[in-house]
Amino acid sequence: MIETSLYEQVIIAGFGGQGVILAGKLLAQMAMTAGHEVTYMPSYGAEVRGGTANSMVVIADEPIAAPLVTIPDVAIILNAASFHKFTPHLKTGGLLILNSSMVQETVERDDIEVVAVPVDDIANNLDSPRSANMAAIGAYLQKHGLMNPDLAAQCLPDVLAQRYHKTIPVNTQAIQKGAEYVREHYS
Amino acid sequence: MQTIFERTPTLKDCPTHYCPGCGHGIAHRLISEVIDELDITSRTIGIAPVGCAVLAYNYLDVDMIEVAHGRAPAVATGMKRVHPDKIIFSYQGDGDLASIGAGEILHAVHRAEHITVIFINNAVYGMTGGQMAPTTVEKQITQTTPRGRDHNNEGFPLQVSEILAVMPGTIYVERCSVSNPGQVRHTKKSIKHAFELQMKNAPGLSLVEILSPCPTYWRMSPSQAMEWIEEVMVKSFPLCCLKDLSQS
Amino acid sequence: MSEKILMCGNEAMAEAAIRAGMDAYFGYPITPQNEVTAYMARRMPEEGRVFVQSESEIAAINMVFGASAVGARTMTSSSSPGISLMQEGISYLAGARLPAVVVNIMRGGPGLGNIAPSQSDYFQATRGGGHGDYRTIVLAPASVQELVEMMYLAFDLADLYRVTVVILGDGFLGQMMEPVDLDKRPAPRDLPVKDWALTGADGRKQNIVRSLWLQDGVLEEINLELQATYRQIEANEVLCEHYGTEDADFVLVSYGIMSRIVRSAVRKARCEGIKAGWIRPITLWPFPYEQINAVADEPRIFLTVEMSYGQMLDDVKLAVAGKCPVLFYGRAGGAVPTVEEVLGQIKKLAVPVA
Ligand SMILES: Cc1ncc(C[n+]2csc(CCOP(=O)(O)OP(=O)(O)O)c2C)c(N)n1
Repeated sequence: MIETSLYEQVIIAGFGGQGVILAGKLLAQMAMTAGHEVTYMPSYGAEVRGGTANSMVVIADEPIAAPLVTIPDVAIILNAASFHKFTPHLKTGGLLILNSSMVQETVERDDIEVVAVPVDDIANNLDSPRSANMAAIGAYLQKHGLMNPDLAAQCLPDVLAQRYHKTIPVNTQAIQKGAEYVREHYS
Repeated sequence: MQTIFERTPTLKDCPTHYCPGCGHGIAHRLISEVIDELDITSRTIGIAPVGCAVLAYNYLDVDMIEVAHGRAPAVATGMKRVHPDKIIFSYQGDGDLASIGAGEILHAVHRAEHITVIFINNAVYGMTGGQMAPTTVEKQITQTTPRGRDHNNEGFPLQVSEILAVMPGTIYVERCSVSNPGQVRHTKKSIKHAFELQMKNAPGLSLVEILSPCPTYWRMSPSQAMEWIEEVMVKSFPLCCLKDLSQS
Repeated sequence: MSEKILMCGNEAMAEAAIRAGMDAYFGYPITPQNEVTAYMARRMPEEGRVFVQSESEIAAINMVFGASAVGARTMTSSSSPGISLMQEGISYLAGARLPAVVVNIMRGGPGLGNIAPSQSDYFQATRGGGHGDYRTIVLAPASVQELVEMMYLAFDLADLYRVTVVILGDGFLGQMMEPVDLDKRPAPRDLPVKDWALTGADGRKQNIVRSLWLQDGVLEEINLELQATYRQIEANEVLCEHYGTEDADFVLVSYGIMSRIVRSAVRKARCEGIKAGWIRPITLWPFPYEQINAVADEPRIFLTVEMSYGQMLDDVKLAVAGKCPVLFYGRAGGAVPTVEEVLGQIKKLAVPVA
């Protein structure tokens, strides 16, 4: 069956300002660099204001059908509103990366794998609260092994605007810390 | 306990979708208070523009319509001609009124329609993400003037109220702001005056322009935005009564 | 060496237009294509070319009219409500035989609708849209890469035939990011000199650009010339691709982003032993009537899938000309048929009749 080839659909969701758009872009950039097919779709327009924002990334080794992700293989969830919105749609056997610093809800489903990582705390410990998104990406990469966390650091300059390049070291650290947390608690 | 502030009935009891520090909410409240004080809820029809205020009917509890971008004065004309006894007002942004709808407002004034226009000037297109509006001031940076508005390329801020004031079809034109409590009170008085003129069937269009903050796309804090109105914006858009024929 | 970079459709298309030699861009903000206007505001002045934010779409298309009349490569872009406003101008472009490129990043309608992706402007795009007997070439890209390559093609076709070329995309194509190679472009066409352009009657006879023809019979002549051009376009410029149509019992027809969803559904159906295939019109006008008609020579069932409630469906029926049944599945207003839904539709058809 062709179905066994790589076709991973990822949703990253949180509220505006948590960096879900950047996190998605980083994943997409990495996938492209690693030679995969990739699409990246951000939420856009009025939706972005106030409410939840999300980005959808599809990584595959065949032409990608659609950038829209309705039944994700992976959900990286940074706040409670997104938890309620996306957890029910996660594929059976799917992976839920949860920001346990902010989401206290208990997961009702037992057919998915849950990896709870306090990404806000990790970022705060680095004195860089806005790097929580990167810690979450690190956790995901460590868990799934699809791509190496080192590649993430390598791709950061391509997705960050020039004026934020000074944050590359701390964001790289956040990626590593997120990966480390998963290594320590989930292996 | 003494109640010192009460929501006026025409303003619905619900949170708005506006960004923190946006001026639309204040303008909505003032209009609602005026409608209630004049007791015209039952015969007022409002026109919501295309722009951030497109959902104004969710907040103002009077009959309302949503119309195509810029065409509110034409729609208002149709309404007022059919129902001269109704109080018709359009609520329009600066993109809506001064750009795509410049023709419609000009000709509503040209025909001296007996309608009231509330014109929200926030110097940008809010809804679409902060592009240049005709009212964007010189040097102001927007999504489509990344180097700042330069009159050699984009011309000068468009002072629509001044233009309309010289036309015989307007009866009352005033520019106010919501940048401090005193101005807010004055703005309310102006809105009330404009509605009253229409109620008296005064011969012409009444327009109140309101300088209104958009902290999100000015990339400022709400308080900085209020200061920016008073320090920068009023230089291109001086606050004053441009015309009031009701006195003569 | 050319290298792939990650870009959203709106920006990639804008950059491609610049590289295709566009001299002037005019536009009015509207979601989901604001990135085009913003990109042009930044890049066109860098290239010493023309960018104007117009006061409305009516003005934008008329600015295009003017720029085209003086010989410039020019375009505008918008989304559904704005494209509706441009219809008058597009009719005038056709009447005056001026080349232009118009990009429509379709959103949900009717009316103000919403800003979600949609394919509901098919009729408007493929039937002319404004008044009078005219057509516009309509190109329907399915990926950011194709969007880029079609910009080059669009400007060439517009200049070659002196017509408006519409790029019909949707909110997905505009907003999504994909790896793209900006240097990949179709072979350039041999283009005629624009000797009709208004450049000043310096040592030559006066040029006139017009669409009003009052003398007896003249407008008919003009129309016949236009029709001759359209027949030429129909003969030479049809683009379409297909898969599995040799043995397919079920042939799915779709365009743009929808064709990618259909492609996946068909692949899955094949995995399950269902003989499905697909046809994807790349030009929506000229429409691949002959190609589809040929596939309908064998008994099979056609299923048209759209992000609308059945618009291209009419063209598929015209193409099939009654030889086979033509069914429809579609959703719109922001809803998008998923791979699973389309697969379900195929399976429903594949249930053997008892
Ligand atoms: C025909 C058409 N063109 C463009 C748009 C997109 N659009 C929606 S709101 C808007 C500008 C609104 O700006 P303004 O009137 O200043 O109001 P604000 O959002 O700042 O309150 C535009 C261009 C549209 N809805 N219809």
